[in-house]
Amino acid sequence: MKELLSGNEAVARGAFEAGVKLAAAYPGTPSTEILENIAARFPSIYAEWSPNEKVAFEVGIGGSMGGGRSLVTMKHVGVNVAADPLMTFAYTGVNAGFVFVSADDPEMHSSQNEQDNRFFAKFAQIPLLEPSDSQESKDMVRTAMEISEEFDTPVMLRMTTRISHSKSVVELNDPVEVSHKQFDRDVAKYVMLPAHARLRHTKVVERLAKLAEYAENSPLNRIEDYGTKIGIITGGISYQYVKEIMPDTDVFKIGFGFPLPLKKIKKFVEAHERVLVVEELEPHYEEIIRAAGMTSVRGKEFFGREGELSPRRVAEGMHKAGILEKAPEIGFKPAELFPRPPVLCPGCPHRGMFTVLKKLKATVTGDIGCYTLGTVEPLGALHTCICMGASIGNAIGMEKVNGSKEPVVAVLGDSTFLHSGITGLMDAVYNKSNITTIIADNRITAMTGGQQTPATGYTLMGEETQSVDFVKLVEALGVESVRTIDPLNYEETLAVMKEEMARPGPSVVITTRPCVLMPRRVMDVPYEVILEDCNGCSACFRIGCPAIFPSKELAKGKFPKAEIDATHCTGCTLCAQICRPEAIVMKQPAEKVK
Amino acid sequence: MDNQIKNIFIAGVGGQGVLLASELLSEAAIVSGYDVKKSEVHGMSQRGGVVSSHVRIGKKVFSPIIPYGQADIILSFEQAEGLGAIDWLSPTGKMVISSTRLVPPSANFGKLSYPEDPVAEIRKRTDNVILVDAEKMALELGNIRLVNTILLAVASPFIGFERNVWEEAIKKLVKPKYVDLNLKAFSQGYELAGSEVKA
Ligand SMILES: Cc1ncc(C[n+]2csc(CCOP(=O)(O)OP(=O)(O)O)c2C)c(N)n1
Repeated sequence: MKELLSGNEAVARGAFEAGVKLAAAYPGTPSTEILENIAARFPSIYAEWSPNEKVAFEVGIGGSMGGGRSLVTMKHVGVNVAADPLMTFAYTGVNAGFVFVSADDPEMHSSQNEQDNRFFAKFAQIPLLEPSDSQESKDMVRTAMEISEEFDTPVMLRMTTRISHSKSVVELNDPVEVSHKQFDRDVAKYVMLPAHARLRHTKVVERLAKLAEYAENSPLNRIEDYGTKIGIITGGISYQYVKEIMPDTDVFKIGFGFPLPLKKIKKFVEAHERVLVVEELEPHYEEIIRAAGMTSVRGKEFFGREGELSPRRVAEGMHKAGILEKAPEIGFKPAELFPRPPVLCPGCPHRGMFTVLKKLKATVTGDIGCYTLGTVEPLGALHTCICMGASIGNAIGMEKVNGSKEPVVAVLGDSTFLHSGITGLMDAVYNKSNITTIIADNRITAMTGGQQTPATGYTLMGEETQSVDFVKLVEALGVESVRTIDPLNYEETLAVMKEEMARPGPSVVITTRPCVLMPRRVMDVPYEVILEDCNGCSACFRIGCPAIFPSKELAKGKFPKAEIDATHCTGCTLCAQICRPEAIVMKQPAEKVK
Repeated sequence: MDNQIKNIFIAGVGGQGVLLASELLSEAAIVSGYDVKKSEVHGMSQRGGVVSSHVRIGKKVFSPIIPYGQADIILSFEQAEGLGAIDWLSPTGKMVISSTRLVPPSANFGKLSYPEDPVAEIRKRTDNVILVDAEKMALELGNIRLVNTILLAVASPFIGFERNVWEEAIKKLVKPKYVDLNLKAFSQGYELAGSEVKA
């Protein structure tokens, strides 16, 4: 049977076909749909959202040790979080197969950096598989499981946004039967005391040599021979671009990306007059190949190391390298791009919080989530964003060097706080930092499309469960002042924030209003502007609500009055609360009917 | 459609149904026996951002993204987005564009304002434009969200599958509650296309 699947759907299907027993993840674009699909379509697999990638990875390790094939997925930066267990699990090796997906995001469509995680495979000295379409994404899960068990190693399956989110036709297979493996209390293998770890390190080195031999014969690395003098070494999505531009040129297609089959590559290089490497982001293949003595092989100088490749960029690079005579043609003159920057939704509870922070002119260390959009003008009330959980540590550091005269506020979401904010807050208490932390609890992981968290009361598989009590948790860390507020109540939020920012010692403010979009779309009666009463002061414009726009009617002949788009307004009332002339009122029901 | 690859670029804004349109198109192509790849970027789409989808249909498709400047058809659900995508169109390609104008609030404050007449700008570059008052048609049918199906129907003769293949795709992929409405929208768009083809 054939189906049109995205790369992520294909990985989910691959897990099912490979007899996976357990799948764990923390959401992150472009990886999120893998676990969502497993949970929705393959109930035979235990699937969970873990609080962060490190925990997910450790749960997966436990699953493997316990004897069931395990899959762990995350976005590229998630591997940084999971790097600690990864680096040592590479030593112990597996019991049942263990595969983790690193979904990289070249071009940073929705990420804070575009790190190339193929380096992680080399760093941990584990095998790396790189699919170039959905069919391979599915099939490689099974192959990776087999390699994992045969060579006693975790395996990395590296996707990129274009692989994860593109759809292509996939031939489905039946699931394989895998027998459960007993956990063997082999402490020399699983307890990484220095004495044991030294022995395991030797095994890692030996294993790598065996994997290199395996790579020489793996069908995942194949040569497409057309008898040309030029040869291209490529893998992942770049392979598709090369085939698009030069369908009849000799290609060495890499699917097993580490360790590389250097003997086979050497033969390929020797059989061609000129060999180029086409790979997205960093020169991973190129450096390894050149370091092995094949110094005539080139690549990055023509194709660049930033952003995504594309058929056009590959064609341009080939032209630059003198291989394609003509530069790719240019069609119609591009128009000036009209920007549609992402903004906080109408009715978003984060807007109330930022309106107050802006008013108080606070220095705000931010974090990653929808609330990062608080940085966008006209709100402009969030001033840093590094990685998940960084806000609190950043605030502590700033306060320690600047003293507490200029209050610092850390802002992070509920999911982010549970992911890696708790330890930061512990530090604020322990080291007596005079900061205020806002946990913007909208009861969901909104940025990535609405996943459950340990505080929402539901699991990924839809079961009801306990939910974290933020107030108690924060009190238990030793925070003496913990307040809860409705962030869309302007006066209350303003008063509470003033007090807490002035209060010595660490304090925490928890906002309690749920997201307007998820899990349910909130739509209350919309508001409208009574134009005669609007004085054009523009206060409502400055909260950056997409439902408010300038009217054609001007106040005092020059300042545009405001109007509200009733189809977008959710009736959150924030604009009405800050409107001095009280020109914003609930829309009359009669109007609504019309 | 023999050996050639058909490249269709769909442009719009979050919430306009770009992804459903590209799903319908892909489904129609698969049922008609073609290889299909489609690719889209939709990271921030929920928050009013741009959504675009590339669909490529042929005997064997490699790249999931259309080579720049080689789209045979651009379906744009929004005027400024159509203009923004113009450089993806092949010199012989066709733009099928909805009259819809979605002006985001940032346009009222930012440096770049919403273009005065995007369709006129497009026509300065190519005559191969079909402007459809899809928004009006959709509203008459009772649901603004039908713009995507109407545009797809208008473009369908240029893509070239049997009419019933499209209808089957709608029955398969649209929520049951909305199937009839979408079939009606498709039928209206299809008739409009008929008159365009003759003209
Ligand atoms: C290490 C890491 N994992 C995952 C992500 C992807 N990601 C970005 S924001 C976010 C969660 C945001 O949820 P929350 O903190 O509750 O804020 P909200 O979007 O709901 O306002 C996630 C998972 C990331 N950037 N880094």
